[in-house]
Amino acid sequence: MSRVLLIEDDDSVRRAVDLGLRRQGHEVLTAVTGEEGLRLMASFRPDVLVLDLMLPGMPGLDVCRKVRESTQLPVIVVTAKGDDVDVVVGLEAGADDYVVKPVRARVLDARIRAVLRRADAPVPTGARPRVESHGALVIDRAGLVVARHGEPVLLARSELSLLLTLSASPGRVFSRQQLLEAVWEHSYHGDIRLVDACVKRLRSKLGETRTEPQCIETVRGFGYRFRSA
Amino acid sequence: MRGKRRPEGPRATTPPRRPLSGLRTRLVLSFVLVAAASSLGTGALTFKEARTGVLQQSQDTVVNQFRRSVGTQIPGLPATPEQTSLDNLVVRLAQDHRAEGWRVLATYGKLSASSAPSSGSRELTPSLRKSVTSRAVAVFQRVRVGDRSVLVVGLPVTYTDDTYTTRTLSGLSLYLVVPQRTEQAYVNALITAVEHATVPALLLAAVLALLLARGVLRPVRALRGATRRMATGHLDTRLTVQGADELADLSRSFNDTAAALEESVAELRRMENRARRFAADVSHELRTPLAAMAAVTDVLVDEAPLLEGDTAAAVRLITEETVRLTRLVDDLMEISRFDAGAAELHLDDIDLAESLRRTLSARGWSAEVVTDLPDGIRARVDPRRLDVVVANLVGNALRHGRPPVTLTLRPVDGGPGGAESTERAGRPDQVTSLGHTKRTKRTERAAEPAGPGRADGANPTGRAGPADERYGPGRWVVIEVADCGPGIDRAALPHVFDRFYKASSARARSESSGLGLAITAENVHLHGGRVHAANRQNGGAILTVVLPAGLLEARDAEAGVRDEGGPE
Repeated sequence: MSRVLLIEDDDSVRRAVDLGLRRQGHEVLTAVTGEEGLRLMASFRPDVLVLDLMLPGMPGLDVCRKVRESTQLPVIVVTAKGDDVDVVVGLEAGADDYVVKPVRARVLDARIRAVLRRADAPVPTGARPRVESHGALVIDRAGLVVARHGEPVLLARSELSLLLTLSASPGRVFSRQQLLEAVWEHSYHGDIRLVDACVKRLRSKLGETRTEPQCIETVRGFGYRFRSA
Repeated sequence: MRGKRRPEGPRATTPPRRPLSGLRTRLVLSFVLVAAASSLGTGALTFKEARTGVLQQSQDTVVNQFRRSVGTQIPGLPATPEQTSLDNLVVRLAQDHRAEGWRVLATYGKLSASSAPSSGSRELTPSLRKSVTSRAVAVFQRVRVGDRSVLVVGLPVTYTDDTYTTRTLSGLSLYLVVPQRTEQAYVNALITAVEHATVPALLLAAVLALLLARGVLRPVRALRGATRRMATGHLDTRLTVQGADELADLSRSFNDTAAALEESVAELRRMENRARRFAADVSHELRTPLAAMAAVTDVLVDEAPLLEGDTAAAVRLITEETVRLTRLVDDLMEISRFDAGAAELHLDDIDLAESLRRTLSARGWSAEVVTDLPDGIRARVDPRRLDVVVANLVGNALRHGRPPVTLTLRPVDGGPGGAESTERAGRPDQVTSLGHTKRTKRTERAAEPAGPGRADGANPTGRAGPADERYGPGRWVVIEVADCGPGIDRAALPHVFDRFYKASSARARSESSGLGLAITAENVHLHGGRVHAANRQNGGAILTVVLPAGLLEARDAEAGVRDEGGPE
C-alpha cells in the first residue's frame, strides 16, 4: 500500500494506469501536466512518482530534476519511445528506474515495490556496527543517513541502496548484473545503464571526481566495488 | 543508402594486367611501329633507287671508257695475235687507266694475258666467259669478292664488214675488272644516312606517342577514378569536362548518368525513409492505446475466473491478444531503431555460460534444453541483446523443432570464417547472415563512470581479466542452437532471417511476432558477428551465432591508460 502520484497526459492511459495500480492496492493521485503534479506533491505527499516523459508544457525531465532538487522521492519514468537517449537522460536527471510503454500494471507495481523496498530493508549487516565510517564518509545503516565531512548527503533511494549494497562488503567486486538484481530487482539481463547512471550520480554526490575517486572503484570488465579506507 | 545494401567497395574490378596490354604501352608501341615502318620503307626505297642510279651510271661510264680504249688499241693488233702482243695490249690498257685501278685480261684461244698477276679468274664467272665468247655484245657483271664489290666487264672483239651489216667474232676477248670503291662508299653513306634518320624518327614517334597517350589517358584515368568512387557509394562524383572531343562527350554523359543515378537513389532513399518512418510512426501511435490496454489486462486476468463461460473466454482472448500485440509493437519499434541506426550497444564483460543459463532459466527452459556451456568463456557483449538473441533462437527451436534442443557454447580462434570452415565446409544447405558494424553506434560503458580502476588486469575474483589472451582481436565465440525436428525447408533457408517470413502457412499463427529471427540477426550484426542457419545431416536445424569475444579492444586499452591515474 503506497501513495503513487501519476503524471500522464493521455486520458485513456492515465485512467487505465490509475485503475491498474489501484487494483494492485495503491493509492493513486493523477495529474495531467508537470506543473499540476508538482503542485499536488505538497498536499498529497506521495511515496513514489510515476512520470511520463512526454508531457505538454513542462517536460517530464524538468519535473524529474525539480523533484530531485529537494526530495529523495523515488521517481519511475515512463518512456513512450523507449529510445535510448530518453532513458539515459532520464536516469541522469535522477530517475530511479524506468519502464517502457506499454507496460502492464503488474510490472509497474513490481517496480514501484522494488524502488520502495530499496531503502526500507537495509542490507543485512551481521555483526557490523550501526554506524560505519569510511574516511570522510559516514554511513548510518539503521538511520539510513549518509554524511560526508560531517555534512549529510541527500541520496535518492536507488543511490542509497547501491551505496549500502556495495559498502556492506568492502573490497568485493559486484558485477553490474548482480547490482541490477540486488538494487533494482531487475532480471539478470536488465539494462546495465541503470547501474552506471546511478554510480555516476552517487559519485558526484559524494564529491568524487574522475581524477580523484575515493569510495567506488570501477573494476574494468567486471563491475564495481567499495574501497574501504 | 544503408550500408547493408551497398557492396563493400570495388571488389577485384581490376584484373591483373598482362604486360604490354595497357593502353599507354599499346599506343606507344603502335606509334613506334608505324614510324619504323614508314621511315624504314622510305629509306629502303630511296636507298634502292639511289643505289641503282649510282651503279648504273658508273657501269655505263666504265663500259664506254673500256670500249673506247679497246677501240684505239685494237687496230694495232695483228689478226692472229700472239702472247707478246696480248701482253702489250693488256699492259697498255691498264696503264691508260691506272687511276681507276683497272686490271685487264685478254684471252685468245688458249692464250691469255693479264695486266696484273693477281687478276686471276676469281672475279670471272664461267657464265660471264660463256656469254662473252658466244655473243657479240659487251657483258658486265657485279661480283662481290670478300667485303668489296667489283665490276667485271667482258668485251668480245668483232670484225665488221665494209657495209657494217654483219659482225663476226674475232675470237679475242677482253675483260676488265674495276673495283667499285667509290660506289661502295656512296652506298655506305646512303645506309648511314637512312640509319641516322630512322633512330631520331623512332624516338620522336615514341615521345609524341607518350604525350598523346597522356592527353588521351588523362580523361580516361579520371573516368576510371570517378567510376570507382561511384562504386563505393559517392554518387556526387562528377568530372570536369574540357574540350569537345569524344572523351569530353564521354565525360559529359558520365556526369549526366551520375546525376540521374544520384537523383533516383535519392528518390529511393526518400521513399525508403518514408516507409521506415511510417512503420516507426505506426508502432509509436499504436503504443498509446496499447499502453492503456496493457495497464488494465491484469484486471481482466484477475476477473476472468469469476466470469461466465463465453465472457470469460472473450476476456481471456482479449488479454492474450493484447499481450501479442504488445510484443509485436515492441518488436516493430526495435526493428525501427535498427533501421534508423539508433540501436546502441552497451557492452559489458560477462561470463557467457552464466548469461546463457540465466536466459534459459528466466523463461523456464532450463529443463527442456540440453546444454553444453563450459564456464570461464568471457566476452565483451551487450548482455541484454545477447539474451534476446539466444532467447529467440532457443524459442524458435522449441516452437518449430523437436526435442532435444541443444544449446552449445565454445570459443574459436581465427575469426568467423575459420569457425565456419571447420564446422561445415562444403555444406550447401545453409545461409549466412553476415554482420556489418559500420552504421551502428556504440557506447563504451566501461569507460563511462571512470573511477579508480585497476589497469593491471588482475582482479580480486581471480578470474580472467581483460588482459587475458582470450580477449585478443582474433578470438570469437560460437553459440549453437540445434533441434531434432524436420529441419528447415531448403527453399525457406535463405529467408529465415527475413522479417515476417513464415516458413509455412501452418506457422502463420505462432507465438512469435515474425520478427524474432530478424531482430536476432540485427543484434548479432550490431556486435560485428554473424549468424547462419543450416540443416544437420542427420536431421534438424542448426542456427549458429559467431560473435567477436573482444570487441573494442583498442578503446579498452585507452580506458586502461586513463584508469592508471587512480590510486590503488
